Amino acid sequence: MPTISMTVNGKSVSGEAEGRTLLVSFLRETLGMTGTHVGCDTSQCGACVVHVDGNSVKSCTMFAAEAEGAQVTTIEGMANPDGSLGVIQQAFQDNHGLQCGFCTPGMVMTAADLLKTNPNPSEKEVREYLEGNLCRCTGYHNIVKSILAAAATLRGEQVAAE
Amino acid sequence: MYAFDLVKPKSLAEAIEALQADEAQPLSGGQTLIPTLKQRLAMPGSLVSLAGIAELVGISASGGVLSVKGASTHGMVAGQTDFPGLAALAQKIGDPAVRHRGTMGGSIANNDPAACYPSAALACGATIVVAGKGGAREIAADDFFQGLFATALEEGEIVTEIRYPIPQASNYQKFEQPASRFPLVGVFVAKFADKVGVAVTGAGENGVFRWKEAEAALASNFSADAVEGLSVSADGLMGDIHATPEYRAHLIKVMTRRAVAACA
Repeated sequence: MPTISMTVNGKSVSGEAEGRTLLVSFLRETLGMTGTHVGCDTSQCGACVVHVDGNSVKSCTMFAAEAEGAQVTTIEGMANPDGSLGVIQQAFQDNHGLQCGFCTPGMVMTAADLLKTNPNPSEKEVREYLEGNLCRCTGYHNIVKSILAAAATLRGEQVAAE
Repeated sequence: MYAFDLVKPKSLAEAIEALQADEAQPLSGGQTLIPTLKQRLAMPGSLVSLAGIAELVGISASGGVLSVKGASTHGMVAGQTDFPGLAALAQKIGDPAVRHRGTMGGSIANNDPAACYPSAALACGATIVVAGKGGAREIAADDFFQGLFATALEEGEIVTEIRYPIPQASNYQKFEQPASRFPLVGVFVAKFADKVGVAVTGAGENGVFRWKEAEAALASNFSADAVEGLSVSADGLMGDIHATPEYRAHLIKVMTRRAVAACA
């Protein structure tokens, strides 16, 4: 099996992967990073969303070898360096944005992707951006609330930093 | 998934060379192909990845023509401003993560009967540029789309570029099948100085097609009312649990009217 290398959450990693090895399998099984979930395995539910070179992708619908040399960010990379919850994660906790939590890694990664390009989204824009992320518990209401709250916090921090 | 070799060529020439291998198949964004492989509906010997080839990515406009290189993603198409009707269409494909991977060339080459882009290509009279062992060919959209998942592509050829004449006004209306979000019926209307293009996806038993009666009517009177007197036959339209051929015929007219109204 060929060995592939990439950067995951700022750390250089490498491991063996077949041509058919999916990025999500590489993350979970080869690297042992099980924060990224496999929900449907048919690219519909979005539980497996990670960022590859800054863009959200469904890691169940991309081969690991295609991410060779790429910068990959997973849910494990969303926490603060001291291990405490990052802003978006904290907003999900504060606003009851999760119940069973299975979809949450994908929700957080998609939210991070949205807020990077649109720091002040409307509720409608948040709902539209979540089109590829399914949650069977919350009815989405508190997820949307969490993301809007995270957006406000992030905007506040940016203002304070200036 | 069956096992296969994943080949990552650095250039178009290397990709074409790799595609000459037995049972080799191109892999673009993989948003359709990878789910297909998981269901074991395809068994390639090797997959030739086009995603990392810089010369296959890029969008530019000049002389009234929008050129989209084959491996440009839906997200990139949605972000360009030279052809707003096409950007709006791309913005409604799949979801954000799918749009970051899926490519126009992959969609055009696959010619799914409910894909969005083929309707834009047909309505605009786009030119599909393909490359293979024998060199490059330019194919008119009218000749390229040949049926369900069938195109003028020869074995070992790939779509390298799609050139769209940019219309004065255009709009795409998609009536979504609520589960798959593919169009149950999608209609692209493109208004040019001397003609109007109307193409329908999601409805035809043989895939995307032009609604020529509407094109003629709209060319002399570009208004939603011009379509009112026309009727669409249910013959040759798809019927399934989601919609009968008659319902699709009805939707074609409604979507066309909405698209024309949105152009104004």
